[in-house]
Amino acid sequence: MKILVCIKQVPDMESKFKVDAGGTWYAKTDLAWRMNEYDEYAVEQAVQLKEQAKDADLTVLCIGSDQVKETMKKALAMGCDRGAHIADDNASGKEPFEIAGVIAEYAKGKNFDLIFTGMQSQDRGSAQVGVLVAEMLGLPSVSTVVHFAYEGGAVVAKRELEGGIKACVKVQAPVVITCQLGMNTPRYPTLPNIMKAKKKELLSTPVQDLLKVDARQETARMYFPEKKGGGLVLEGDMAEMADKLIKILKEKTAVLA
Amino acid sequence: MKILLIAESREGKVLSGTYELVAFAAKMNAESVMFLVGDEGVLPKYDGKLYLADGKTVGEYNPDVHKQLVLDVIAKENPDMVALCHSSYGWDLAPRIAYALKAAQISEVVDVVDGVPVVPVCNSKLRCDVKAKTAKTVVTLQAGAFGLSDEPSGTPTVEKIVVTGGGRVQFTGYEQAASGGVDLGKAQVIVSAGRGIGKPENVAMIAGLAKALGGEYGASRPVVDSEWVEHNRQVGTTGQTVTPKLYIACGISGAIQHLAGMKKSEFIVAINTDKDAPIGDVADVLVVADLKQFVPLLTEKIKSL
Repeated sequence: MKILVCIKQVPDMESKFKVDAGGTWYAKTDLAWRMNEYDEYAVEQAVQLKEQAKDADLTVLCIGSDQVKETMKKALAMGCDRGAHIADDNASGKEPFEIAGVIAEYAKGKNFDLIFTGMQSQDRGSAQVGVLVAEMLGLPSVSTVVHFAYEGGAVVAKRELEGGIKACVKVQAPVVITCQLGMNTPRYPTLPNIMKAKKKELLSTPVQDLLKVDARQETARMYFPEKKGGGLVLEGDMAEMADKLIKILKEKTAVLA
Repeated sequence: MKILLIAESREGKVLSGTYELVAFAAKMNAESVMFLVGDEGVLPKYDGKLYLADGKTVGEYNPDVHKQLVLDVIAKENPDMVALCHSSYGWDLAPRIAYALKAAQISEVVDVVDGVPVVPVCNSKLRCDVKAKTAKTVVTLQAGAFGLSDEPSGTPTVEKIVVTGGGRVQFTGYEQAASGGVDLGKAQVIVSAGRGIGKPENVAMIAGLAKALGGEYGASRPVVDSEWVEHNRQVGTTGQTVTPKLYIACGISGAIQHLAGMKKSEFIVAINTDKDAPIGDVADVLVVADLKQFVPLLTEKIKSL
């Protein structure tokens, strides 16, 4: 069995963002970087499937500068067998259709039985890439999966809908699965596995070799939303803030009456 | 401009997001037609043409089948734009349609300024103006961004469409949320824990404040996913939508999915170390503080009132 899991390196969302000089994306300096949260679930599910299938081979793919190799090493330490790094210093300048095009071009002809992606990235959040990869490869896809099982060549999955409802589906592999938060419990890489990961294959391919599609959209401008504001902001001494808040709650709500 | 609106229904019931699509078309000053896989007996309130596929025949959502039905309608109507809700239905179906149409897809549109769609990035901390470079555009709309058209009204002119061929993904049934235990919908006061509580032991602190206020405690998605709090206390799109008299968000940054579940609360207090967190946009009072210090202090003061 051949499995592919596609991951992205994103900034920690608690970071202080700044718009870069070009005005169309955030500045990449002074940020802490990590694996896109949705992709952690994708990697975990792919590793679990590999463990279940025994003779499986699991590739982790990531597009970006050399910096993303750090995140790829985490995926390798979690249990991926090999890394396919698509070297691109301008990955953030590519829109979802181009990213999907690069992944599909990589996967074409490699006969992956299962392709996992996160259901979206935490930064751009288009929720398009996984489904587009499937369309480009002519494969079925199931998005927003919170439960996954593989039984005799078929995937039995639950999609998360609104209001706590799940849709149960069944589909024959090969298939693309996009992973929602809470799908499993992503493992922490152990020290021995981190050491082992350093010896695993991690090959870089220039993005030009795989980019065969043109952009279909462009970001004209990035900016901070206007503060809707109106709300009172309390700062300073803890006890004073608590007293002020209690006074406000007494005046504005009936809950302390 | 002509927009094809992809309405939503589940088990024969029209979902409210459908009317946000209508509001979007009105805001765009566009002509519109609607597509729905649903029930002939429960039509959306809409003055316009509705292409209706029978839900009982088609079954619940099936990507290949719905895609083909939409493409058949597009072949007849030749719309400039296709609009869907940014929902589990819309974000699944939209890329399939965009790919078939060789169209750009612009996801989670929150506004349109001078004809240019605006989308949120980085957990709504930033916005981008996005321009399509293609003749046709597919958009998905963030829930609540365009509002419901005042009081949906009208009766559509129905043209029935039929399905040809099946799909590769087989739907086998719905699984309802586990019920029982707490009903947040009835609580007058809800104190919710977010990722900022840091560790599961701190849930007790949040529950303590809720108890002091005579209310219930809830949680945001990351806290539930980490299994620190059970799912029936989750507030947000995939949990419960609540409207208590007082909602206190502790260590919740304010992802759109959470805001959608609580922003109609009568009074909202946010306790957060990040003054710029999106939760501040909906809060009546934002306390800039470490909740681990502030919440116990506040709880003690309330108890001694």
